Amino acid sequence: MKFTKEHEWVNIKGEVAFVGISDYAQKALGDIVSLDLPKVGSTVKQGQSLGVVDSMKASSEIYSPLSGEVLEVNNELDANPQWVNESPQEKGWMAKLKPTNVSELDGLMSEEEYKKYLEGLSK
Amino acid sequence: MTDLKRTPLYTAHSALGAKLVDFGGWEMPVQYTGILEEHNAVRNAVGIFDVSHMGEVTAKGPNALKFIQNLVTNDVGKAVDGQCVYSPMCNENAGIVDDLLVYRKAADNIYIVVNASNTDKDFAWMQKNSMGAELENISEKTGEIALQGPKAQVTLQKITDFDLSTIKFFRFAEIIVASATALVSRTGYTGEDGFEIYAAAEDMEKIWNALMDAGKEFSIKPCGLGARDTLRLEAGLMLYGNDITDDVTPYEAPLRWTVKPDKGDFIGKQKLLATPPKRKIVGFELLEKAVPRHGNDVFVNGEKFDLVTSGTFSPSLKKPIGFCFVPADITDDSKVEIKIRDKFYPAKTCSHRFYKRL
Repeated sequence: MKFTKEHEWVNIKGEVAFVGISDYAQKALGDIVSLDLPKVGSTVKQGQSLGVVDSMKASSEIYSPLSGEVLEVNNELDANPQWVNESPQEKGWMAKLKPTNVSELDGLMSEEEYKKYLEGLSK
Repeated sequence: MTDLKRTPLYTAHSALGAKLVDFGGWEMPVQYTGILEEHNAVRNAVGIFDVSHMGEVTAKGPNALKFIQNLVTNDVGKAVDGQCVYSPMCNENAGIVDDLLVYRKAADNIYIVVNASNTDKDFAWMQKNSMGAELENISEKTGEIALQGPKAQVTLQKITDFDLSTIKFFRFAEIIVASATALVSRTGYTGEDGFEIYAAAEDMEKIWNALMDAGKEFSIKPCGLGARDTLRLEAGLMLYGNDITDDVTPYEAPLRWTVKPDKGDFIGKQKLLATPPKRKIVGFELLEKAVPRHGNDVFVNGEKFDLVTSGTFSPSLKKPIGFCFVPADITDDSKVEIKIRDKFYPAKTCSHRFYKRL
């Protein structure tokens, strides 16, 4: 699993990449109530908007950790937005992409590096 | 953050792990465990709010009643001693300076509660229009706690000997709570049964701790400003700064019921009565899932008309709701569009009173 500075994660499983937001992000957002996820079939570049997540407090843009084609979005989040709070890195996955350039992952943080990055933020 | 003002309950909030934010210059809890959980606690059991940042002003003497009658649109003269009156107060243009709760202790002893962000402005305005009443700003030495929910009365009853069932809706009494003198009214900003408790700043922590203890058996939850906003929005209550400002009249807001022209003259009366409103605040329900917020554009018949004044996802109704300005002649159930970021979302107008207490 790799992480971005904007608190998204990406997990490669075979030929596809699962994307979501980190535990740190869901904590900061608070109760999630709705999501605006991309259309299946659309393409996205690394760093471009992948949609919006609405919490009670605020709405936050999700930035794609890598470039690719949107194969599937987690439609169950429509009825269960709280899964993003409860299980942000598993049940709360948001989109499934077909990556166009897997080497983009090299520029992202490992779990250890992300942990250190978060420690730096709280100082 | 060090320049922000703190209420007497700041230590209690920190101990409970509150998320603190800047609210009008005050360091206040926006949430403790979560907005949804806190909101539901108030609807189903009991929640406790620190609202000590609110302002309190007393008006005393033989000119007190004359002063308040001139200041606000509602009729305090018709109220009895021990009764609360909710009212906006207007400027000469009929714009709302603030909305207040007026506690009539007696014709010569009035206790006025004002919004936290407006305390200084309101007191200056009152002094300018004092009509010889003796005014005192007692905000700094006064704290306030709101206890709201179906279990509010049984909770509070545990720490006072006074029979709370004798305090009816929008009535108040001065009693002893947790061995402290307190002004207690059956009022609130949530749409549930509950009380607002005013006491000396130095007694606030004692009362807060006593209530948290008394409420344990009812699963009492401390609630922040986040839940305070979702609760009042569902209940159809206005928020100064969001829905009402000095650019909004009581006729444009759904506050016509607070205006009593027969009581006599009041500041802004002439302008208010002479100006039929061109727009009005109504409730709306978003027909697709997104969260509307203050400042979103409202489109009527394809053209931008005005703005959303308040918006949220309603925890009790489980849908996105809000208040917005529409043309004054629009009927209920009209279709409008709300622009959120770059998308247009269909919405349906409705009464601003979304939630009825069960």
